[in-house]
Amino acid sequence: MQFNPSLPIWTQVLEALEIDIVTGKRQPGEKLPGGRELALQFSINPNTAARVYQELEKKGLCSTRRGMGTYVTEDTARIFALREEIAGQAVCQFLDTMELLGISRHEAAQWLLKKED
Amino acid sequence: MLESKEITKAFGSKTAVDHISLSLEKGHVYAMLGPNGSGKTTWMKMAAGLIKPTSGQMLFEGQPVNIDSRRKIAYMSTEPFFYAWMTVKDVGAYYADFFDDFSWDGYHAMLRQMELEESMKTKTLSSGMMAKLKIAVTMARDAKIYMLDEPFNGIDLLARDNIRRCILEHADENKVLLLSSHLVEEMEAIADKAVFIHQGKLMEVDDLEEMRVERGASMADRYREIYGHTEE
Repeated sequence: MQFNPSLPIWTQVLEALEIDIVTGKRQPGEKLPGGRELALQFSINPNTAARVYQELEKKGLCSTRRGMGTYVTEDTARIFALREEIAGQAVCQFLDTMELLGISRHEAAQWLLKKED
Repeated sequence: MLESKEITKAFGSKTAVDHISLSLEKGHVYAMLGPNGSGKTTWMKMAAGLIKPTSGQMLFEGQPVNIDSRRKIAYMSTEPFFYAWMTVKDVGAYYADFFDDFSWDGYHAMLRQMELEESMKTKTLSSGMMAKLKIAVTMARDAKIYMLDEPFNGIDLLARDNIRRCILEHADENKVLLLSSHLVEEMEAIADKAVFIHQGKLMEVDDLEEMRVERGASMADRYREIYGHTEE
């Protein structure tokens, strides 16, 4: 994974894991790699990896079972809420850009509808 | 774990390291940065016990560095240090002779990772393979402190991934890793602290993630800020 080095690395890894969780690439209740393994997988400092899990747990997206490891939350309502959160952020980003270009919300909606893949 | 107190090294009239007080704590990977000739290598050599300070002290776990501490500090210098007749296996044996903490299992695992064979002759190795060999043999020691001077020099993009992995495999809460490199970008994600040195003096020590959160600055950004206008 390529990081933007001017932004915190932990937030970038956190976002990657969140996408994995909402898309089901990592299932509810699935065991996540240990901190050291996460560090190796993403090629990041182990302290940064530990921070990722702290934040993931704070957001209610994983739970750590003592001596067992870290697991994706089984709270599917929480995962659904995360999906909406991410979608909301994407819309905000889109609207910010449109606003910058002087395109109204109504017009922006038209852009969305007429956009072909 | 490793601390220099007002350490100074002069070579004739040139002061290579100028009153540097710096404490490296276990559980961190430090990137040591500075332009050529800023004193990084000299500081590391004093930490490794290879050269003596002109004044000041270098302490390992509270004691001045000596023969004992050299057993717990693994240092990889930029200079090649193998004899031309040696094979990759001989290099391991040479290290095993010198250091009780040398692990053949660890060495073999790293040779595999670095795609090196024990039968290869060092004189036939490319500069990239030689660089990988130096890292493998240094990291095969079970030391408390690993200091690597320019671990990414002369190494292609793919092999750099291997080296990063090898470094991260050795990073844990009980160890100190210190890397010096001009390839700042290679160290952005694996280091968590940056030590900036300029003209023999310590400029600052930063927590990288904190710097990103608070100032939106990468290690490379900070490097440019510090040295950009001071370089002649």
